[in-house]
Amino acid sequence: MRRLSSMTTLLAATMLAGGLNAASAAELTVGFSQIGSESGWRAAETSVSKSEAKKRNITLKIADAQQKQENQIKAIRSFVAQGVDAIFLAPVVASGWDSVLKEAKEAKIPVILLDRDIDPAGKELYLTAVTSDSVHEGEVAGKWLAKTVGSKPCNVVELQGTVGASVATNRKKGFDTAIASASNIKVVRSQTGDFTRAKGKEVMESFIKAEGGGKSICAVYAHNDDMMVGAIQAMKEAGLKPGKDVLTVSIDAVPDIFKAIAAGEANATVELTPDMAGPAFEALTAYKSKGTVPPKWIQTESKLYTAADNPQKVYDSKKGLGY
Amino acid sequence: MTRYLPVIVTAAVFALGYAVCALQFPAFLSTRVIADLLTDNAFLGILAVGMTFVIISGGIDLSVGSVVGFTTVFLALAIGTWNIPPLLAFMLVLLVATLFGATMGALIQGFEMPPFIVTLAGMFLARGASFLLSTESIPVTAPLYGAISDFALRLPGGGRLSVVGLIMLAVFLAGGILLHLTRFGTNVYALGGNRVSTGLMGISVGRHTVAIYALSSFLAGLSGIVFSLYTSSGYSLSAVGVELDTIAAVVIGGTLLTGGYGFMAGTFLGVLMQGLIQTYINFDGTLSSWWTKIVTGVLLFAFIAFQQATLALARRSVRGTAAKGTTP
Repeated sequence: MRRLSSMTTLLAATMLAGGLNAASAAELTVGFSQIGSESGWRAAETSVSKSEAKKRNITLKIADAQQKQENQIKAIRSFVAQGVDAIFLAPVVASGWDSVLKEAKEAKIPVILLDRDIDPAGKELYLTAVTSDSVHEGEVAGKWLAKTVGSKPCNVVELQGTVGASVATNRKKGFDTAIASASNIKVVRSQTGDFTRAKGKEVMESFIKAEGGGKSICAVYAHNDDMMVGAIQAMKEAGLKPGKDVLTVSIDAVPDIFKAIAAGEANATVELTPDMAGPAFEALTAYKSKGTVPPKWIQTESKLYTAADNPQKVYDSKKGLGY
Repeated sequence: MTRYLPVIVTAAVFALGYAVCALQFPAFLSTRVIADLLTDNAFLGILAVGMTFVIISGGIDLSVGSVVGFTTVFLALAIGTWNIPPLLAFMLVLLVATLFGATMGALIQGFEMPPFIVTLAGMFLARGASFLLSTESIPVTAPLYGAISDFALRLPGGGRLSVVGLIMLAVFLAGGILLHLTRFGTNVYALGGNRVSTGLMGISVGRHTVAIYALSSFLAGLSGIVFSLYTSSGYSLSAVGVELDTIAAVVIGGTLLTGGYGFMAGTFLGVLMQGLIQTYINFDGTLSSWWTKIVTGVLLFAFIAFQQATLALARRSVRGTAAKGTTP
C-alpha cells in the first residue's frame, strides 16, 4: 500500500506542475513535434520557438521525439486529440507522414513544417514549410568574398561538410555559382571536414602544408562554423594570422564564431537562423485571423555577419540559447 | 486470489493514472484518445504478446526491435523496388522472420547457450541486414497501404479504431487463448518453472523452445508489418530499443522475469501504461519527453520489488502450511 501511495504522490506532483502551466491561457495553442536535441542548433531552435511563442502570447506544447518517427506520429495524434489550433512539425525523415497528416487535415488543424521538408507527395497535407535555402547560404558567402577581395587574385581552400549530405552539396553549389563570374577567385583545394571541429583542423593543417606553409592561401570557405573554428586553430599554430593574412567565411552563425570575429580571427559568417518558428507564427496568425493562405515555402533570411555587426553583442545574445 | 494480485495491482495503477490524466485533461475521456492509445501502441503490443511467451518460458528475446526494423525495410523494397504484391510480401517476410526465430530457438536448445547471447547476436544480425538493404527512409506508395491506413471504425466522439489497432486486439486475444487455454500454453509455464523436470515429465523441451522463439519472431514480423502500415515507409533505424520497452511492458504487466508466471491481460495493461505516460507528456507539452523513460523506470522497479515481496510472502505461507501438516 505504501508503494501505491508514493505513486499517487508522484502522479499528483506531475499533475500540479502541469496544472500551473496550463493556467496561463492564451489565444492560440500550438503543438510542436520537434525531432530531438541532437545538435546545438536544434536546441537553439527549440528555445527560440519557446520565446517567440511567449512574445505572441501563444501556448506552445513541445514534444521531443528523441529522433524517432513513431514518437513524432504519436505526438501529432495527441495534438489532434487535444484539438490544438495548429501543429508544427520538424520531420525526422521525409516519408511516412501521409496518414497522420490526413488525420490532422480531417480535424481541420493546419500543419506547418519547420526546417525540413517532406516528400513532394505530401504537398497537399501541410499549409507551408519554413526552411532555409542552403544553396542561397553558399551564394551569400561567395558574394561576400567576391566583394571583399575585389579584383585581386585569390586562392580559396574549401572545407566541405559530410560527403553526400544535401546541405554540403548545396552550400558548395551556391558558393561556386557566386564566384563563377570572378575569374580572379579560384578554389584550389577542397576536402571534407565532416562538419566537425577536429576534422576541420586536421584538413586545414594538410592544406597549409600543401600550399607552402599557407603563404598562397588567400581565403578559407567552410561549410559550417565548427570546421572554421578548427581551421582557425590550425592557422594560428602554423603562424598565420586568420582574419588578416587569410580571409575566412563560413555558415551557421554559432556563438563561437562570433567570439572569433570579435577577436579579429574570423571575418564573416552566414546565419542559418534558429528562428523558424517566428515566421511560422506570423503565417499562422495571418491565416487564422484574415484567412491569408501563405506561400507553400517560406524561405528564412540568410543573414551575413561581419566585424561591423557588433559580434560581441551577438555572441552574448546567442550563448544562452543552448547551442 | 494472490495468483491474480500483480495483475490487479497493475490494473489499479493504470486506472488511477488514467483518472489523474482525465482530471487534468478532460479530452482523455474522449474515444479519440482511447483509440489512439491502441493505434499508437499496436506494434509494441504485438511484440509484447510474443515476449510474454518467451519470458514465461524463462527466456528473453532481444532481437524483436531489429526484426521490426528489418521487416519495414524489406517490405518497402519488396513492394516498391522488386514489385512484389503487398500481401505476398507480407507472407514472405513472416516466413523469413519465423525461420529466423526458429533458428535462434534451435541454437539456444542445441548448444545450451543463454537466450540473452543468442538473441543479442540476432539483434545485431537483423539490424545489420536492414542497413545492408538500405540506409534511407523509403516511402511505400502501394494503394493497399493507403486503403488500410484510411480505413478505420469510426467511434462516436471522433475516435478512429484503426486496422493496426484491431490487429493488436486480435493478437492479444489469440495470444491469451494460446497461453491460457491450450496444452502448448501450459507447457510454456512448465518450461519456465523448471526445464529439467519438464523434460522428465515427457514434454519435448527442444521442440517447445524452438516454437516459442519462432512465435516471438513471427509476431515481431507481424509487428513490423503493422509498423510499416503505421508509417507507410521502411527505415532501417525504426524501432531501435523497442525490445527493452517490450520487456518493460511485460514486467509491468506482472510477468516474472525468472519465468513460470504471468498473464496476457497483464501485458496488455503494461503496454497501455507506457502509452498512457507518453500521451500525458505530449498533452502537457512542457515536460521533457525523457520523463517517459524515468516514469517507466520507476514503475518497473516498483513492480519488480512488489513481485519479490509477494513471492517471499507466498513461500512463507507455503512453508507455514507445510509445517502444520495440512495439504495446501
